[in-house]
Amino acid sequence: MAFNFTAFTYIVALIGDAFLIFFAIFHVIAFDELKTDYKNPIDQCNSLNPLVLPEYLLHIFLNLLFLFCGEWFSLCINIPLIAYHIWRYKNRPVMSGPGLYDPTTVLKTDTLSRNMREGWIKLAVYLISFFYYIYGMVYSLIST
Amino acid sequence: MSAYNSNYLPPSCAPVPLNGNNLMNGLPGAGQQQHQQQPHQLPPTAASQQLYQQQAQGQQLPPVSQAPPYPGGATNLPPTSPFNTNISQKFLPPTSVAQPPPPQTSAANNGPFYANGDAKGTPSANSSRTSSSGQLYDQATLGNPPPASGLRSAPPPLAQPVANLASKMQSLDLNPHRANGGSAAVPPPAPTDFKGVAQAQAVPLTQAAAGSLMAATNAVPNLIPDPFNGQKPPNLHPNPAKMFGVPGAVPPTRPLQPPGASERIPYGMPPQATGDPTYQQQQNQQNNNLHRAALPPGATGPGWPGPPAQVPPKPLAPPPMHPPAPSKQQPYPMTQAYPPAPLQQPIMPKPPASVQPPPPGMFGTQPSGAPLQYQAQAPPQAYAQQQPVQAGYNSPAPLNVTQQGFSRLWGQDTIDLMQNRHILSPATIPPPKIVLHNQFHESINCNPSIMRCTLTKIPESNSLLQKSRLPLGIVIHPFRDVNSLPVIQCINIVRCRLCRTYINPFVYFVDSKMWKCNLCYRVNELPDDFQFDPATKTYGDVTRRPEVRSSTIEFIAPSEYMLRPPQPAMYLFLFDVSIIAQQSGYLEAACAVLNRHLDEMPGDARTQVGFICYDSYVHFYSMAEGFNQPHEMTLLDIEDPFLPRPDSLLVNLKECKELVRDLLKQLPKRFANTHDPGSALGAALQVAFKLMQASGGRITVFQSCLPNKGPGALEPREDPNNRSAKDVAHLNPATDFYKRFALECSGYQIACDLFLMNQQYSDMATISGISKHSGGCVHHFPLYQKTKPHMVDSFRTCFKRYLTRKIGFEAVMRIRCTRGLQVHTFHGNFFVRSTDLLSLPNVNPDAGYGMQISYDENLTDVKTICFQAALLYTNSEGERRIRVHTVCLPVTASLPEVMHSADTEAIVGLLSKMAVDRSVSANLSDARDAFINATIDVFNSFKIAQNLPSGQSGQLIAPRSLALLPLYILGLLKHPAFRVGTSTRLDDRVFAMDCMKTLPLDQLMKYVYPELYKIDPLIYHARNTNVSSTPEDDEEDDQLPELPRLQLSAEHLDSRSIFLMDCGTLIMLYVGLNVPANVLEALLGISSTAELSDYVYGLPNVVSQENDVLKRFISRLNYDKPYSALVQIIRDTSTAKGQFIERLTDDRSESSLSYYEFLQHIRAQVK
Repeated sequence: MAFNFTAFTYIVALIGDAFLIFFAIFHVIAFDELKTDYKNPIDQCNSLNPLVLPEYLLHIFLNLLFLFCGEWFSLCINIPLIAYHIWRYKNRPVMSGPGLYDPTTVLKTDTLSRNMREGWIKLAVYLISFFYYIYGMVYSLIST
Repeated sequence: MSAYNSNYLPPSCAPVPLNGNNLMNGLPGAGQQQHQQQPHQLPPTAASQQLYQQQAQGQQLPPVSQAPPYPGGATNLPPTSPFNTNISQKFLPPTSVAQPPPPQTSAANNGPFYANGDAKGTPSANSSRTSSSGQLYDQATLGNPPPASGLRSAPPPLAQPVANLASKMQSLDLNPHRANGGSAAVPPPAPTDFKGVAQAQAVPLTQAAAGSLMAATNAVPNLIPDPFNGQKPPNLHPNPAKMFGVPGAVPPTRPLQPPGASERIPYGMPPQATGDPTYQQQQNQQNNNLHRAALPPGATGPGWPGPPAQVPPKPLAPPPMHPPAPSKQQPYPMTQAYPPAPLQQPIMPKPPASVQPPPPGMFGTQPSGAPLQYQAQAPPQAYAQQQPVQAGYNSPAPLNVTQQGFSRLWGQDTIDLMQNRHILSPATIPPPKIVLHNQFHESINCNPSIMRCTLTKIPESNSLLQKSRLPLGIVIHPFRDVNSLPVIQCINIVRCRLCRTYINPFVYFVDSKMWKCNLCYRVNELPDDFQFDPATKTYGDVTRRPEVRSSTIEFIAPSEYMLRPPQPAMYLFLFDVSIIAQQSGYLEAACAVLNRHLDEMPGDARTQVGFICYDSYVHFYSMAEGFNQPHEMTLLDIEDPFLPRPDSLLVNLKECKELVRDLLKQLPKRFANTHDPGSALGAALQVAFKLMQASGGRITVFQSCLPNKGPGALEPREDPNNRSAKDVAHLNPATDFYKRFALECSGYQIACDLFLMNQQYSDMATISGISKHSGGCVHHFPLYQKTKPHMVDSFRTCFKRYLTRKIGFEAVMRIRCTRGLQVHTFHGNFFVRSTDLLSLPNVNPDAGYGMQISYDENLTDVKTICFQAALLYTNSEGERRIRVHTVCLPVTASLPEVMHSADTEAIVGLLSKMAVDRSVSANLSDARDAFINATIDVFNSFKIAQNLPSGQSGQLIAPRSLALLPLYILGLLKHPAFRVGTSTRLDDRVFAMDCMKTLPLDQLMKYVYPELYKIDPLIYHARNTNVSSTPEDDEEDDQLPELPRLQLSAEHLDSRSIFLMDCGTLIMLYVGLNVPANVLEALLGISSTAELSDYVYGLPNVVSQENDVLKRFISRLNYDKPYSALVQIIRDTSTAKGQFIERLTDDRSESSLSYYEFLQHIRAQVK
């Protein structure tokens, strides 16, 4: 039982992952509101766009920690998501501010359903990795 | 209110005959009633018929160069005189002219089909439509004999029509593998058989010809008004007889299935179309016979194996029996050929689904009875039976003619595109008619020029739609100029409480107090005052309310519909006055037009105007009261623009008119000597926004170069050497500055309209963002120069229309669909505020929109679906109004039906919009591939739907409804918006794409596939009519012959003729090299073509019949356009010829396929 860097990483990852789960939930709720005409797309995009980069950066930061402490498996399960994030951000519509969502296209049914699906999938991924991080933390704490 | 009828006008369709008993038609016993009604049928009034008939007819007629004045062209021209009546006539077609007022007295309503009584005996909008389509088919069936021979009133020499018939039908040959009994029809004896046909035709033909050509429906004298079936086209009777080809053999109209029957069967049973193999085969057989039979004697068709048999008579069919109601037989002597339904029912329990539906235009109009119903359901049997009857008399050829006739009647005939390269004339048909099971609904359905669906029968499930590979969507022109629009003011507007649908003609009245919403099926209560009929000022009958009598209606909205007091009309003009702008000299023309039409701009006493000029700085003009001339203020800090003073920049037009005029006179001079190369568009827009923020309104931007100063400055992106490259870059905006600006504007009810008069690349893709997302419009005048008078002229007409057309402020449009459907994607200029709500800060009458529709759930248990577009806007008088359009469409479970009911023009409209999206989001070559794939997929799925043999057959079988699809697709592929390999400026391409998104469908079609006419017949016409003609003479107008449209191919050109191509905003007159001098003299006032310079614009004024006729023809072409087109005259040898030639899209060019090659390509891909 030792509190080493690995255990620290997992603890940070747990906290960070909890935030990511919140981001994902917020994302899903926001698009659901859009779908049900509850909110104006301009407002909704204005509230969503600033959160995109923090989410991506937080996720990358956690994975950097995994990289530094050599948790290859944790890193591996996150690499696809990182790649997706990078691809997604590279292909974002022309816009001056940070963010991904363009109020003029966000209400297209295709875009809307894609974003919804993305939200649910990410939520699932974050949840699963959350439990894995718990396992990883306990494992690293009780090993040695 | 000037533009509106202030009183409630009965919807022009009101006097439509209602066929309330339609639903009962299928029931035995309905027939008797029917019969009684029969004698009452009135021929529709001639006037109401003219328009449609001629349209149908004109397109059907083969090109006739020497034809003397067509007897029937007479009625064709829209009356020149009052514009209003014209419009109204156009809009709700036939009624406004000749309609008697709707009889208000007869109110015998049968239960829910309330509308019955009203229409009794009145000729209707629909009747004319119906009859015209009937004619269309008839003529087609007759093989389009050239009018000279075929349409004379004397019985034509028999051989000639036969030959025509035969040659025409040759083309309809279907696939050889399916050869069957029908082939026997062909051998040499055929001519005599055809003679039989021809003879049979002769009599009805004359009648029909007279009826159709002269639009004189009296030609069929024995028709008397039919109280229930007023829509029955008068010339129906003769026609089917013709088609049967057996003199008196067949009850003319009987074989058609009454709508009621069609309704009952398909929905009552599981979809059968594809399920039952024997069935399909039968159907196929029928098809084959059809086409087989069409082969003329001596035609070099594929050798036909198989015995020279006729369609094997169905052994099951009992011998002819008397129909249940003998009285019915008299008008239809051959009724007994068809045994009564009950007898046959066991034999033929499953009629082929594809023939079940009422064919467009015809079924709805048929008198119905039990036998009828039966026949329509099981046509193959009917034929089979018929055969023994005819056997001794006629050989099979006429029989097949019969079948073909039927298949046309059902709108289900197919055509081999490979053999019919000249497809345009026979296939150009008016928008397919929506066939509902209720004739009243049919008659008042939304006008196709306002709302059109790509499919006139909606597939019942998404999987069926996917099988058909057709796009589902609607194209809509909601704010179209219409005049006979019912406008009503009521305290509470009746809407569904659940889905907020406006009450419309397609709702179901449970009883006099309740109605069932047709979109969400909620049962709602009717307010008491809904019982009051404003037209007659009486109580008691909800079915006479204008809301349920017209599918296009306008409400004057009460205050619940206002978030704030209705805004006044506010106009702000932004002029680019940089040196490039000054060189182009647009400002002079713009100010002059503005000055002249200042009073005609829509608006009330509160109207305000303002002007801002910008180069590197922004110049404001203050016109405060007390000033005797406008004061200019210049804002130097363009990075952080602000308003120099809070008031007097936007001034009341009425109060300051003199100052405004003064300013408009001074402006061009003021900047005449500027040398400032900068253009601070972004800063100007920002201050304009600040100026308009409080009230909303319209910002009109004139831009002539790339904005290069201050916020929103842009860099040139286009590489001029790469204009014909395969892949086009930079279709996307470079920055989102303009888009964000537009979104901000739309939040404050400001719309930006853009006039781009650029000399060089100005990044239309980026700048047009201000209009695209704020509901504005974009106009483009590339290379505008004040030294080019034609450009100035066309700008002036366009700008004049822009200034004086109607405008709606602070508008929103919501599209509602029946439960199960939803709008998937919107196309047009607007901001989508929620899934079904469009925010349109301004709406103008020239803007069209498109919507793709997708499925939420299957529509298995519904018979019809509806789309309702509701446009809420503030008119220029500060009145809040709601314009509601509702369209109702039947649902079908059969794939062939879906394919046959496709509306090619709407499909092309929607595909082009989708392709623009594709080119912007992916790239241009993707979009081009998508066009081709879409075409291939459609024909593929049609092949599957028809169960045609797979593999290459040398044929490309298309339903007639989609016969023009490859032609239009090829037109699109060669259009500046999507072409590659031809040098196209990026701005022009982007503008063309913008037009694809925003033009209303009628104009879009001209833009995609211009109309080409040979105008020689006009000249002959002018010479052969000795009537002294004055343009004001209405009757003279009607004399214009209907010209056949030519396909866009140089093969139609010849050097002795003059051709006219109508491209929408430009009309080109192509003068052949050897046009006779006297024609030139009379038409253009020149003695030889050499006198024409390379670029000639405008039609010269020559006092001559020919010139006059041509002018009237052109004005007729211009009739539907927002503003009249510029006329360009092109000599055969002129350098401008390229403009003409590049629009001949059927021909091969360096980088693109010809129409025939394109067809071959598609055929090769269709598996």
